[in-house]
Amino acid sequence: MTDFKLDNRYKAIVIGGSAGSFQGIVKILSNLPANFPLPIIMCLHRLKHVRNGFVEALSIKSIVEIVEPYDKEPIKKGKVYLAPSNYHMSTELGHYFSLSTEEMINNSRPAIDITLGTSAYVFRDKLIGILLSGANKDGGMGMKYIKDRGGLTIVQEPSECMIDTMPKAALSLTTIDHVLKIDDIAEFLKQLHKQYK
Amino acid sequence: MTEIDIADLKKITEVVKSKYGYDFTNYAMSSFKRRISRILEMNNMSMETLMKKLYDPGFLDDFLNEITVNVTEMFRDPSFWRVLRDDVIPGILLNHQTIRIWHAGCSSGEEVFSMAIMLREMGLLDKVNIIATDLDTNILEKAKKGEYNLKNMELNEKNYIRYQGTSSLKDYFKESNGKAVLDKSLVENVSFRKHDLVKGDVFNKFDLVLCRNVMIYFNQTLQNEVLKNFHESLFKYGYLAIGSKESLIWCEIANKFIIVNNEEKIYKKIKD
Repeated sequence: MTDFKLDNRYKAIVIGGSAGSFQGIVKILSNLPANFPLPIIMCLHRLKHVRNGFVEALSIKSIVEIVEPYDKEPIKKGKVYLAPSNYHMSTELGHYFSLSTEEMINNSRPAIDITLGTSAYVFRDKLIGILLSGANKDGGMGMKYIKDRGGLTIVQEPSECMIDTMPKAALSLTTIDHVLKIDDIAEFLKQLHKQYK
Repeated sequence: MTEIDIADLKKITEVVKSKYGYDFTNYAMSSFKRRISRILEMNNMSMETLMKKLYDPGFLDDFLNEITVNVTEMFRDPSFWRVLRDDVIPGILLNHQTIRIWHAGCSSGEEVFSMAIMLREMGLLDKVNIIATDLDTNILEKAKKGEYNLKNMELNEKNYIRYQGTSSLKDYFKESNGKAVLDKSLVENVSFRKHDLVKGDVFNKFDLVLCRNVMIYFNQTLQNEVLKNFHESLFKYGYLAIGSKESLIWCEIANKFIIVNNEEKIYKKIKD
């Protein structure tokens, strides 16, 4: 097992994913240790006009609480947040969310670049960004923002992805600290958890 | 996307405020930043050029048009419109013979036309007084015209079908020059007016205020101010509809409202 040589400087985790990422997300969330010390902020591409059901589907195997935040909802430790359908989700200074119905970016709303980019601005080197399987480039620029601001970057191993366009976009745009399979991402989060005990 | 300095944002808001009286100080930071960087990119402009342009009154309308977000749909959240039709409007009619409605931040008017279509199908359109306001005069002109891109109509029609209207959305528009031109008679009694929510003028009393996905562009301070204004603008037992992902939980005025539909975020004023 890899030792990721982690410390407890991190304040938040952001995860982006699209086509082919659902199973991976479920696996990551279901392996998440109880009392996980950081907020997990997720932006996943999803059907625009299906407002309900996604949180429920993700929650089936997970013990942590997953919520689609309201506009201006404070970001709390140990909670998992999911960008609501048809809204962009930004992190604001002061650690709360803002939602918006601005134009689509990369054909997407929610756009991963927005969630990752604004989180990088707020959490700087205290942020971990994880980008999973997906069929477009959304999230690539977001990962670059995270790296440029000193955060830690992880993408899913392209060979494991159902569609590898998304992680490859990130790999071509910036330095990625770890290229990992889903099981190793789960292990990474367990090791991270131990740093906060 | 161009990264924008907070110091530059401050300069922009100061100029626009002192020169034209529009105050963007309490807009939500992340989206306001994106709007500014969008203006720079779309016009291929540097920050210095934008600063200079802001002193040209001819540029102000374009600036306001780009700063405000004008992405909207007809019958967005079809279930919301069903609740309006089945519960809210009948609820108002129990106490009032005519209905007064304010669309606050009406943008290009999709929700105004949705409302008018809903009311016509209910046989109530002539009993309703609608005022639709926005800060952006360009977009108000667009709303009055009721001409939308045909490619947007596909989504609008899907929403209308999910709303379960009594007709077909096609009955309310004609195609002309690649545009969908809405039936003007729908909005002949609608008053479109320029109004800045930030300034907080109370100009009338209403049975229903719709302000969906507008306050998300404001910070908490400004949201509180605007909600006070809505509270004052509503008759007692009047309704306030906000976006499905907005909430009054963190707002000072929450105790003067009760929630009548949590899923669709429809509130009722219960205290003066």
